[in-house]
Amino acid sequence: MRKTCLDMVYELAKKDSRIFFIGSDLGIGTLQHFKAEMPNRFFMEGVSEANIIGMAAGLALESKIVYVNTIAVFITRRCFEQVVIDLCLHNLKVRLIGNGGGLVYAPLGPTHEAIEDIAIFRTLPRMTIIAPADAAEIRRLMPLTVDYPGPIYIRLAKGGDPIVTNNRVRFEIGKAFPMREGQDALILTTGITLKIALDAAANLGEQGIETSVLHVPTIKPLDTVTILDYVAHIPVIVTIEEHTVIGGLGSAVAEIIAETGFNLPKRFKRISIPDVFPDEYGSQASLMAHYGLTANKVSSVIKQLL
Amino acid sequence: MNTSPTLTKSPPTNFTPLDNRSRELRQRIVRMMEAAGRAHLGSAFSVVEILRALYDEVLRYDPKNPRWPDRDRCILSKGHGCLALYVLLAEKGFFPEAELSKFCKRDGILGGHPEYGKVPGIEASTGSLGHGLSIGIGFALNAKYEKADYRVFVVVSDGECNEGSLWEAAMCASKHKLSNLIVLVDYNKQQSYSTTYEVLNLEPFADKWRAFGFAVQEIDGHSLEQLRIVLGRTPFHPEKPSIVICHTIKGKGVSFVENNLHWHHKNKITNEEIRALLAELEVK
Repeated sequence: MRKTCLDMVYELAKKDSRIFFIGSDLGIGTLQHFKAEMPNRFFMEGVSEANIIGMAAGLALESKIVYVNTIAVFITRRCFEQVVIDLCLHNLKVRLIGNGGGLVYAPLGPTHEAIEDIAIFRTLPRMTIIAPADAAEIRRLMPLTVDYPGPIYIRLAKGGDPIVTNNRVRFEIGKAFPMREGQDALILTTGITLKIALDAAANLGEQGIETSVLHVPTIKPLDTVTILDYVAHIPVIVTIEEHTVIGGLGSAVAEIIAETGFNLPKRFKRISIPDVFPDEYGSQASLMAHYGLTANKVSSVIKQLL
Repeated sequence: MNTSPTLTKSPPTNFTPLDNRSRELRQRIVRMMEAAGRAHLGSAFSVVEILRALYDEVLRYDPKNPRWPDRDRCILSKGHGCLALYVLLAEKGFFPEAELSKFCKRDGILGGHPEYGKVPGIEASTGSLGHGLSIGIGFALNAKYEKADYRVFVVVSDGECNEGSLWEAAMCASKHKLSNLIVLVDYNKQQSYSTTYEVLNLEPFADKWRAFGFAVQEIDGHSLEQLRIVLGRTPFHPEKPSIVICHTIKGKGVSFVENNLHWHHKNKITNEEIRALLAELEVK
C-alpha cells in the first residue's frame, strides 16, 4: 500500500509540475526515481516535522500541491499545531501520507502506534481523513487527491494487505461503499479492517445471519447519507476500526445515530482498541487479535446484539 | 553601523530618537488600542521602525493587487505585533483606514493576530510563534523553483526564538542556501514574563545564527538609517539566508511603556493612560 501510494505520487508528479514531495527522514532509496528525475520538487528535510509542515504550507500558498510523507504518529502528533494553523486554517492543498496507521508498528511500541490519529484530525475544520483498505484502492484514490480542496490525511497500513476492494467501483472521496448486503446486521469499517468485516459477514452468512458491510474509507467528511440509509432499516450496527475507541469511526457513526430519530430501536457496539497504551509488543496481527479486532469477535458481538 | 558580535546583559542606551513619522505611527497604534481596549502595545512599538523601513523603502508590492505574483513576501511571524503592521498596511492602501477603529470588533477584519485571507497584504496567519519562518522557506523555495526574483522577509520576535520549530527552519533555510530569505529579529530582550536573559537566554544570539548557517548583521532596530543601509545590502552572502538582529526597546517611544512588561499585553486601559501615551507621542 505504501509503495503503491508513493509510486502514484511519482506518476502524478511526472504529469503535473505543481506536485512537490517532502519526506522527513525516510528509508534509503525512497522515491529515488522522483529525486533523480524531478530534483527541484523532491525534498528530504530530516526529523523536523514542524518545519516540514510549515514549508509545505508556504509552497501550497504559492499554488503548489505538496505530498508530505512520514510515519503516521509524527505527522499527526508531533506537528499537530502546524497542521491546525498552517494547513487547516489556511485551507491548503497539502496531502499528509502517514505510514503505519493503527498498530502497524506494534513491535516498536506506543511511541510508534498511530491509534488516535483519526480522532485528533477529526476535530480539525477543513481536514479530510482517508483510510484506504488496500493498494488497489490507493491506486484509485491518489489521482483524486491532486485537486481536492483543503488538506488531506491519508492513513496508510502496513503494505501487502490483501486486496479486498472492488476495482469496478469508482472511488470517490467522501463516499461510503457498500461491500455486502444483508438485513440483519450492519458492519461499518474503515481501512484494513474491511477484510475482517467481510470475513465476519461471510461467517455469519453461513449461520443464516445476513449482514451488510459498509466500507467507509473517508472518515471525514463522513458520508452520513449512505450510512443513515443503511442504519435506518437494520437493527444491529457494529463498527470496527484499528483505532482507539475514542473519536474514530465508531464515535462518528454513534454521533449521527444518536442525533437521528428511528422508528425501530437500534443496538450498537464499537469494536476498537480500548482507551489504553498498548502494553505488549508482538505483531500488528497479534495486537489486533489481543484487542478483539478479529472476524470471530465481530461475529460474536453481532450475535449477542441480535 | 553597529556590528558588535554579541550584546551584554544591558541593552544599548544610545538608541535613535523617534522622528515625527514614527511618533505618528505610534499615535495611530494607541488609537487602535483605545478602540479595542486591549493591545500588545510594547511588542508593536518595538517593531515600528523595522516595518516602516520595509514598507516605506524596501518591499516591492502593489496594494491594489495584494496577490501580485512578483511582490516581495513579508510575514510578521511575531503576529502579536500586528498593530504596527495594520497602521502601515492601511496607510499604504491595502484596506480602508476605517478598519483600524474596528480592531478586534466582530464586524472588523483586524484581529489581535493577523489572518491570511481576511486582511489584504497578510501573507500568512500568525500569532502562534515559530510558524512564520517555515512558511517563508516555502515561499523562498518556490521563488527558486519558479526562477522568480521576489524576496521573502520574515519578522520574528526574540521570545519566538525559544521555539524549536524556528531552529528546525533555520537549519532548513541554510541547507537550501536561501539567499532570497531575509529574517529580521525584533530583539527587545523582553518576553512576557521577564527578560529573555532570565526566561530562556538566547545569547550568544548572533553566534547561534552564524552556526546555523546565516549571514548575520546587527543594528539599532529603531534607526531608519541603519535599517536602510543593512537592508540595501541583502543578501549578505550569495549562498546564505540573511538575518538582521535588530536591537530594539520594547515599548519604544513612551517612557512608562519602555521595558515595562505590564504593557506587553495590556487591557483595562484608562482614558488617563491613553492621554498620557498620546502626550508623549506628540509631534515635535
